[in-house]
Amino acid sequence: MRRLGRDRAAMAALVLLCLIVLACLLAPVYAARIAHSDPFQSNVGGEVVIGGDSVPVLQPETGGLGLGVTPIGPTWHGAFLLGADMQGRDLAARLLYGGRNSLMIAAGASAICLVLSAIVGIVAGYFGGIVDAILARLLDVLWAFPVYLLAISLSIVLINSRLRIGPVTIASDSLLLPMLILGIVNVPYVARPVRGQVLSLKESDFVLAAIALGVPNRRILARDLLPNVASTLIVFAPLMLALNVMAEAALSFLSIGVQPPVASWGTIIQDGQNLIYTRPLVAIVPGLAIVLTVIALNVLGDGLRDALDPRAKIRVRAG
Amino acid sequence: MLAAAIRRLAQALFVMFGISVLVFLIFVATPGADPAARIAGRNASPETLAAVRHDFGLDRPLPVQYAVLMRRLFVTRDLMSFVNRGQQVIPTIAEAAPVTLSLVAGAGVLWVIGSLVVGLVAAATRGSVLDRLLMILGLIGISMPVFWLAEVVNLFTQSRWHDTWLFSWVPPLGYQPLTTNPLGWFKALVIPWITLSILFIGLYGRVLRASLIEAYEEDYIRTARAKGLSERRVLLRHALRTSLITFVSLFGLDFGALVGGGAVLTEVVFGLHGVGKLTYDALLNLDLPLIMATVLYASFFVVAASAVVDIGYAWLDPRVRLGR
Amino acid sequence: MEVRDLAIAFRTEAGLVRVVDNVSFSVAEREIVGIVGESGSGKTLSLLAVIGLIQDPNAVITGSLRYKGRELIGLAPRRLHRIRGREIAMIFQDPMTALTPVYTIGWHIVEQIRAHADISRRAARRRAIELLGEVGLPDPARQADRYPHQLSGGQRQRALIAIALSCNPSLLIADEPTTALDVTVQVQILRLLERLRRDFGSAVVLITHDMGVVAELADRVMVMYAGRIVECGTREDVFRQPGHPYTWGLMRSIPPLHGAKPRRLAAIPGSPPSPAERPAGCPFRPRCIFRHAPCLDQPALYARGGQEIACFLIPEGSDPEHATPAVDAA
Repeated sequence: MRRLGRDRAAMAALVLLCLIVLACLLAPVYAARIAHSDPFQSNVGGEVVIGGDSVPVLQPETGGLGLGVTPIGPTWHGAFLLGADMQGRDLAARLLYGGRNSLMIAAGASAICLVLSAIVGIVAGYFGGIVDAILARLLDVLWAFPVYLLAISLSIVLINSRLRIGPVTIASDSLLLPMLILGIVNVPYVARPVRGQVLSLKESDFVLAAIALGVPNRRILARDLLPNVASTLIVFAPLMLALNVMAEAALSFLSIGVQPPVASWGTIIQDGQNLIYTRPLVAIVPGLAIVLTVIALNVLGDGLRDALDPRAKIRVRAG
Repeated sequence: MLAAAIRRLAQALFVMFGISVLVFLIFVATPGADPAARIAGRNASPETLAAVRHDFGLDRPLPVQYAVLMRRLFVTRDLMSFVNRGQQVIPTIAEAAPVTLSLVAGAGVLWVIGSLVVGLVAAATRGSVLDRLLMILGLIGISMPVFWLAEVVNLFTQSRWHDTWLFSWVPPLGYQPLTTNPLGWFKALVIPWITLSILFIGLYGRVLRASLIEAYEEDYIRTARAKGLSERRVLLRHALRTSLITFVSLFGLDFGALVGGGAVLTEVVFGLHGVGKLTYDALLNLDLPLIMATVLYASFFVVAASAVVDIGYAWLDPRVRLGR
Repeated sequence: MEVRDLAIAFRTEAGLVRVVDNVSFSVAEREIVGIVGESGSGKTLSLLAVIGLIQDPNAVITGSLRYKGRELIGLAPRRLHRIRGREIAMIFQDPMTALTPVYTIGWHIVEQIRAHADISRRAARRRAIELLGEVGLPDPARQADRYPHQLSGGQRQRALIAIALSCNPSLLIADEPTTALDVTVQVQILRLLERLRRDFGSAVVLITHDMGVVAELADRVMVMYAGRIVECGTREDVFRQPGHPYTWGLMRSIPPLHGAKPRRLAAIPGSPPSPAERPAGCPFRPRCIFRHAPCLDQPALYARGGQEIACFLIPEGSDPEHATPAVDAA
């Protein structure tokens, strides 16, 4: 941990991440106090005060055919700081709300994935035998399934029909759907290394000794296996988060992730597709947010990996 | 050798079969996917629905339906879409395949060359400003969502800077077949190639650099230096050669996935009607036959790529080939 | 080759750590010099410095290394490449990982030959097969086409020696060539090294921690401890009349071939200090049973007959055989 603290890049990344998260969490405050608008309500007929004049938010197009309307651009003031989207909604406010959703989905999906992978990997690796054989085969088939296909298929299916598990029903526009899907889809990629690690740990001397001494399985799992597996998972975590942020954005961009009117960074980019030539900020800004977040996560991940790597960096050859 | 090959083949077929069954079950269970309703059109009377169901064999038990789909796909090859009447599935895929292939092959060439250069230069100048710069660029490369990058690129090449000498040659979005218009084909694909490869250059450049640096710690590099070889030869002939093994394996898998339709996001934004976009549209429309066909197409390439990678691995690494 | 005042230090967070200090020795033509010491004594590092294989940018190397009159320290890398392999060759401890696994042995030898001479590939290959035969590999033509992982440890070491000899170097540095091998194979490799002097005219520097190897092969012996030379002399002198308490302790710890079996093996108590923890004064003092007042200073190399010994006992006219152990010694 101390080594991580000395890694300036990783620390800077961590600070940046905290800032992003904080900003997104304060979304309601921003919307109410600064933007004075509801980012989810269609605001097509709305007006905004700029420099003393009251200006409609959606203005008639001046160039081109003169048909249709175009939203106003950035005002660089409190209201409509970055401009409006096609529905007259404040882009900056939507950005923050969207960030909240994107990050929440990514975090939830990563947590689900890591926990599931840990369980599957440990059970398969430790108990071996039939359990392992079945799980390994299952992982193989899932692993061969092109990830994007699986994610897209499941998303489309579950969005069309709600998910019903026992008494719990998850509506098709719930944020839990993309969270669950992204969480499950990546399990093979993490469970395999975990299983491999457990398999080799099982053969290690201290585990064999514990088994020989008759230590109950539960204790071996908790005391010996879990800490080692946990450090592997910790290294995976930021990278998983980065992957899931990008994946959620992709799914939402394809309209099969977060469903409107709920916003996420991906849906805003989708909104911005039609405006790309006239009001490019709508599409560009959420993308920039993603880029910053993912870069920060990657740098943090690299730093974690270096800090937790037991191999010393300087090798002094004996003799 | 032969036994192993046959076993691999059987394994591959089993996996493809498994995937097709999985997809079939997923979609058949979706209420909104009721093909009969889609074929018959809205507000169809119950009798029409029943008749349609019967015609298309949709009232038979699931395994039979599956078997029928498979037979029409592989044996009689006249599988038809449920959504677009009269659209034959196989020709549709055949039309989309060259588009994807052109996109992915070109991007692949760029990405291999790009990442080799980046990885080699970064490892050779390790610790220097150039190394750090390359790694930062790589980091940015893997952090940009491909579809967003494509949108931004389009913004500049199609709109903002389109009139400058830099991008005036860029044609409108879309694909031009190689056989009818080679120059047009090339011009339409250059920007998509670059966009798609940026992500991979970033990723593979970093992987290669890490791999090379790890190789440098090995004893055989010390021996090579003791032989009096030039540093460049040590890098290229000894360090790179062993790092290539992992590089090629990873490349094979990613490339295979892309050919099968993994470039859907790029295809969508650049207006290229390739297999990825086809798969996506099929999924959106819940068009079961088309879905089955495209999914099988995709999983075939993934499985084939996996097999090719294994062979390539054995060819590149004599320890695997002639193991003791 | 002549080494004078070689010192190797590393820049670390804790400051400059001297790993090798004040090492001077020479190797004459066709001589076999054995360098003995424990792990961490600096023996390998010193010789790595000779051919410039210390890659660590934090290393500071000072002193003089003359090979055939030419100064090697500070030599331009391009020139150093020409000397490496061609004039001075080095083989390392672990034959298992020493060769790039994707190329055949023949390829490795040919690469070495062609790096230093303008010879056709076919001629180089012929020479390679010849060399493999000379180092004692059966059926050399077939061996040349095999990969390193297909050979046994002993065969691989022979192949490495063949590679090292391919350009007829005048000096071969062998770093623990037999440590990773079975005892029976060890003997064969040692015989081979001895033949080098006879048949190839090379000088050999043999680095080892095994006194037996040194006793077999070396003309002259150098003992290193904690990065310094503590004793240096002919094989007979060092073995029969060790002048330094460390050497003396090493000789005593070897169980005798004849006579009564000792109840306990006489070992030197303690362990060598790490480079950062070396005490001021004589580095062996903490473990030396003869330590006395002068030992708080650094001893120079005092001459006694043909030997050189870094111990204050010598100028006092004494030696470990005749000195009295200190009062506070264990």
